[in-house]
Amino acid sequence: MTEESLSQTAPPPADDTERDEGIGTRDIVRALFKDLLVLASVIFLVALIFSAVFADFVAPYDPLLPNIFANRLPPLSTATGMDGSEQFHLLGTDALGRDMLSRLIFGARASIFVALVSVFVSGVLGTIMGVLAGYYGGAVEAIIMRAVDAFMAVPSLLIALFVLFIIGGGLVNMVLIFALVRWVVYARLARGITLSLKESSFVEAARAIGASDTRIMLRHILPNMISPLLVLATLEVALLVLAEAGLSFLGFGLLPPEPSWGLMISRGREYMREAWWMITLPGLAIFLTTLSLNLVANWFRAVMDPVQRWRWLM
Amino acid sequence: MKLNSAFNTYIFKRVVNSLILLVVVMSMVFFANRQIGDPARMVLGNGASEEAVLALRQQMGLEDPMAEQYGRFLFGLATGDLGQTYRFGMSNSMFQGGDASSMDTLPIAMERLPATLFLAGATILFAVLVALPMGLYAAVHPRSSPDRAIGVLSLAGVSIVEYWFALILVLVFAVQFAWLPTSGYGSFAHVILPALALSLRPIGRITQIARSSLLDELAKPYVTAARGRGIPMRRVASFHALKNAAIPIVTTIGDETINVVTGVIIIETIFGWPGIGALTVDALSIRDVPLVEATVFLLVLMVLTINLLVDLAYAFLNPRLRIG
Repeated sequence: MTEESLSQTAPPPADDTERDEGIGTRDIVRALFKDLLVLASVIFLVALIFSAVFADFVAPYDPLLPNIFANRLPPLSTATGMDGSEQFHLLGTDALGRDMLSRLIFGARASIFVALVSVFVSGVLGTIMGVLAGYYGGAVEAIIMRAVDAFMAVPSLLIALFVLFIIGGGLVNMVLIFALVRWVVYARLARGITLSLKESSFVEAARAIGASDTRIMLRHILPNMISPLLVLATLEVALLVLAEAGLSFLGFGLLPPEPSWGLMISRGREYMREAWWMITLPGLAIFLTTLSLNLVANWFRAVMDPVQRWRWLM
Repeated sequence: MKLNSAFNTYIFKRVVNSLILLVVVMSMVFFANRQIGDPARMVLGNGASEEAVLALRQQMGLEDPMAEQYGRFLFGLATGDLGQTYRFGMSNSMFQGGDASSMDTLPIAMERLPATLFLAGATILFAVLVALPMGLYAAVHPRSSPDRAIGVLSLAGVSIVEYWFALILVLVFAVQFAWLPTSGYGSFAHVILPALALSLRPIGRITQIARSSLLDELAKPYVTAARGRGIPMRRVASFHALKNAAIPIVTTIGDETINVVTGVIIIETIFGWPGIGALTVDALSIRDVPLVEATVFLLVLMVLTINLLVDLAYAFLNPRLRIG
């Protein structure tokens, strides 16, 4: 983020309706085009989500269909399929002759689905807990924050690994575990913001005209923490994509033959010496995804920050 | 160093809290572990008769009331006795005509501690030595091209899958060039690849935090005053500002040390590093419940100790916590 683009977006726009919204969508899009790396990240993420959602149409072949005549083909090779047709493997094939590109696309679906759903569940849960703790204080706060401290003190990966060992891996269990261990980061953030907003004059004003606690929390406090929560959620998606890969590698995450990026790396490890693409490509896919998410989150924070500061000065 | 009494009370509370947390975590591990099947059956295998299983259950105390078993577990926790392994290294100790004590899980796990501490220590030392100068440079030259490059590099560091990077390192430096050993333990050469793989994330995080907290610090009046006296920026940043910006940096170093302690679970497995992490994975995969309990105990203990050390470090950095 450069100094000029920030100062362009920061001052209050002339239009009154836009002023209430703070920074307009148009300003964000304009700022986006000034940072090509971030623009590339956004395009990559959109393409990734599109192909994950429409994997059945985008993927050239069936990700689970083996082809014994075409195992471990390097990228850009052609082979005769099991049905006799000519097949082109842009990114090569794996040890069972399954198309790498198709598996990467379906793997994106698994990895991103786990991360997004977990972030959504833990984000909603954590935000509710955090706002309640910050708003009501007292015993509610003491109980919630004691739980938060306990979860914060033990590394998430260790808890996840142990619980998955007890209840077994798989997609649903992973989502549950991630939600269980990660809600605390949102709770801590939401509580902090609620504590500072609770004392602000607009909350006091709302209370003076007789707004209920629920209304104050939903209409006055929650909207003011959306952008930091979004930044945190984006970073958490990146973190959970990495965590999924790690747990799947150890055999406590998604289960084969489900194509997931983590599982592809762990399978590729066996053929590391003779088939470099089997291990390199899924790792690169994860790297590009998490790097894009991190770049976008960083950029978004930079764009939103001066606006918030300006708002608080009003 | 003399500390004021409020800080002593604080540290005392933190120690007590940590101990309570340790007991809570271990209790959850204890009850969770009772859900995954009959330990006696696991020791004897599927072919064993019902009578043999029952006999062993009685011998292992599994037929006693749950409250009594739990009480025994808590007593064991307090005295450092976490039970005996079901099968880990069993054949070993038998060959050596081993006595029963060589089956105790805590000593088996403790034996692995030095290797893990060595790897984690080397990783964090390397990460700090790389990250601090980078963060310092980026903060002194904000918005320059090196700053942008450092920013993207540190984001790349936190975006990479550690074990994948480890495998790529093995592929390149151990297999392709054969400069370094693929796995094992013993010489200095063995620690390079695992430490490098583990250090990327801490390097990224520490660089980011060092840059941002230094930038905040460099905007303060005393920096301008020092510059006005003709002290070069580099010197002001590294001697004056760095110390005042140290608290968030130390917090991050602590957090990242904890991440490394969990990261070793996978990295040790890949490099055949004989530490706690590899032992945890082994114990989990053969479902050796007491051994899992011992490794989890040591890992959680390490994490709590690091948290306490970070708290103590605050006292060195913040003079208000000291007397006089």
